[in-house]
Amino acid sequence: MQQASTQSALIKRKTSAIYRVLGDRIFLAVVLLLALSLIALTLGLGYFLYLGGSQTINKEGFFGFLTGTTWDPALRLEFGIWPYVVGTLITSLAALVLSVPVALAAAIFTAEYAPRWLAGIINYLVDLMAAVPSVVYGIWGIFVLAPFLREAFYLPVFLWASENAPWLVRYLGNPAGYGLFTGIVVLSSMIIPFTAALSRDAISLVPVAQREGAYALGATRWEVMQMVILPYARGGIFAGAMLALGRALGETMAIAMVIGNGNILPYTLFGPASTMPAVIALELKEAVEDLHYSAIIGVGFFLFLIAFIVNATASYLLNKLKVSEQRF
Amino acid sequence: MKHLLIATALLGLASTSLAQVSLTGAGATFPFPVLSKYFDEYLKVTNGQVRVNYQSIGSGGGQRQLIEQTVHFGVSDNPFNDQQMADIRRNSGSPALNIPFVLGAVVPTYNLPGVTQRLNFTGEVLADIFLGNIKTWNDPAIARLNPGVNLPALPITVVHRSDGSGTTFVWTDYLTKVSPEWAQKVGRGNSVNWLAPNKVGGRGNEGVAGVVRNTPGAIGYNEVTYAVQNRIQYGAVQNKAGRFIVADLPSITAAANVVLPGDARISLTNTNAPDGYPVSSFSYILTYEQLDKNKAFKSEAEARAFVQMLKWVVTEGQKFNEPLTYARLTEVAQARALALISRITYQGKPIGKEIVGQ
Repeated sequence: MQQASTQSALIKRKTSAIYRVLGDRIFLAVVLLLALSLIALTLGLGYFLYLGGSQTINKEGFFGFLTGTTWDPALRLEFGIWPYVVGTLITSLAALVLSVPVALAAAIFTAEYAPRWLAGIINYLVDLMAAVPSVVYGIWGIFVLAPFLREAFYLPVFLWASENAPWLVRYLGNPAGYGLFTGIVVLSSMIIPFTAALSRDAISLVPVAQREGAYALGATRWEVMQMVILPYARGGIFAGAMLALGRALGETMAIAMVIGNGNILPYTLFGPASTMPAVIALELKEAVEDLHYSAIIGVGFFLFLIAFIVNATASYLLNKLKVSEQRF
Repeated sequence: MKHLLIATALLGLASTSLAQVSLTGAGATFPFPVLSKYFDEYLKVTNGQVRVNYQSIGSGGGQRQLIEQTVHFGVSDNPFNDQQMADIRRNSGSPALNIPFVLGAVVPTYNLPGVTQRLNFTGEVLADIFLGNIKTWNDPAIARLNPGVNLPALPITVVHRSDGSGTTFVWTDYLTKVSPEWAQKVGRGNSVNWLAPNKVGGRGNEGVAGVVRNTPGAIGYNEVTYAVQNRIQYGAVQNKAGRFIVADLPSITAAANVVLPGDARISLTNTNAPDGYPVSSFSYILTYEQLDKNKAFKSEAEARAFVQMLKWVVTEGQKFNEPLTYARLTEVAQARALALISRITYQGKPIGKEIVGQ
């Protein structure tokens, strides 16, 4: 009883200025400020990374620093980051190539074929994979995956090649288990959930009318998938793959633990390689020389540039994909 | 209500009597276990009056933080070099001090299936292995040092630290001294440009040990404490006197039985001491000689508490080294450390002399 009367009193009371006029403006100002601060933050980050790295970048030259292949922090203090750039690009792109088919298959299966209970289990597990910290993937890589790959794959291939195809050995490299391929496998298992989750959502967003239309025309399940669902969902699938690529570019700990951290080009399939985030994480802590310290921050700056270029390209391609698509 | 008041009053009392001085240090990860033992014990010794917070962020970080004066002291596996000493003196107006407090050693760890005897190495052979000049285990250079050992024809995989580390510094410092080729091509540092073609980098002591353990034919280098605790096979190294020495607490301590320079900045690798293990090194506490020049010190009480703590670490605190498998200072090194501490002043007052003389 009493409650009802206070409620009506509240309704009758004249609302204060803050709710009528000022509210919108304050809200707009706050939102604008926060949005602008995001831009300032990104630009500031790039600027300060450049500033921190400028000592070495100036010494080696912008392109000299990028394309140099010697990283000698002890004797000659010569810094070139090309091996790290190549390592980052190879591992990320290869991990993407390995993970997309698996992720897409999981997404299609759970969205279209699986009974609900099974889809629930798979989806839950995929989401769980995204929540596992990367250092755990690294430990799993060191103690389980690397020894397993060495025994089951690297050594047999290596021994086979050294007997039957000696020319191949040069490209295979040291089969110790800690190297480029192990890094790629760990990385691809880490990024599967990103592509899988976004693809799943995109597939389930395909309007029922579209599918039913296709079925009504006599299309088989495969034909519906190929001609209706995948073209319709490709924007979302692509966005998921790009998110995964971004994640792969920046992945540090797991990679640093299994990739063997060698910086001598050319890289071999099984032999050690290294990536930009890994060298930052590994060497920053104990970088005593100013030039070395500055070189590591310089690596951060170039990583920032690469991530920027990749993201810009991705959103450009995404827009292209969406234009031909029916907007709703 | 009354109870609450009493409780608050008690809490207030407790907090004023506890942690009267709080000191902050940062630096090397290698001596972290023994440092945290020291500081735990020191809190008890002083009845909770002096609390020391130590952040193990790495030697490079420790040096940097001290130069930036954000900590009371730094800890490093290698002392400041001449350039840094000069820079600090010029920029702050006070010289820096490098006070040794513990000794560590680095050992070659390896994985050779079927070989149970401890292998012998010389500095030249180790340098050749890590340069990639010696490629297989049955190389005559290794076989000559290990008569009677049936060395397999396995290819050698060199395992190194991929993170910057004082361990790498000590190891490469030794190789630089014993091999002209190493000195010319690689040099010494916390991270270096590894040249062996057949190599793998592992992150941290555990990373190197993990790769060595999992890879037949691998050779790496680890802190001796780590190798002992994890029961990894490691070799003996020939010292300057020509003897093959297995790293253990007495032989590491013995490495410091040499003529120490006045400022204790010395590399003990390739030591002259006849019983000394040749890949040994001091760890240092880094500080300013005139504590008032370090902005981190706010009062004389803090400065006095710090100097007392230093004196305790190099004297009574030393008994905590060996249970944690760190070698203790020799008497000569301890006397040198005390002499360095007695140089410390605060606003012109010779507090170091006062406290050490007590």
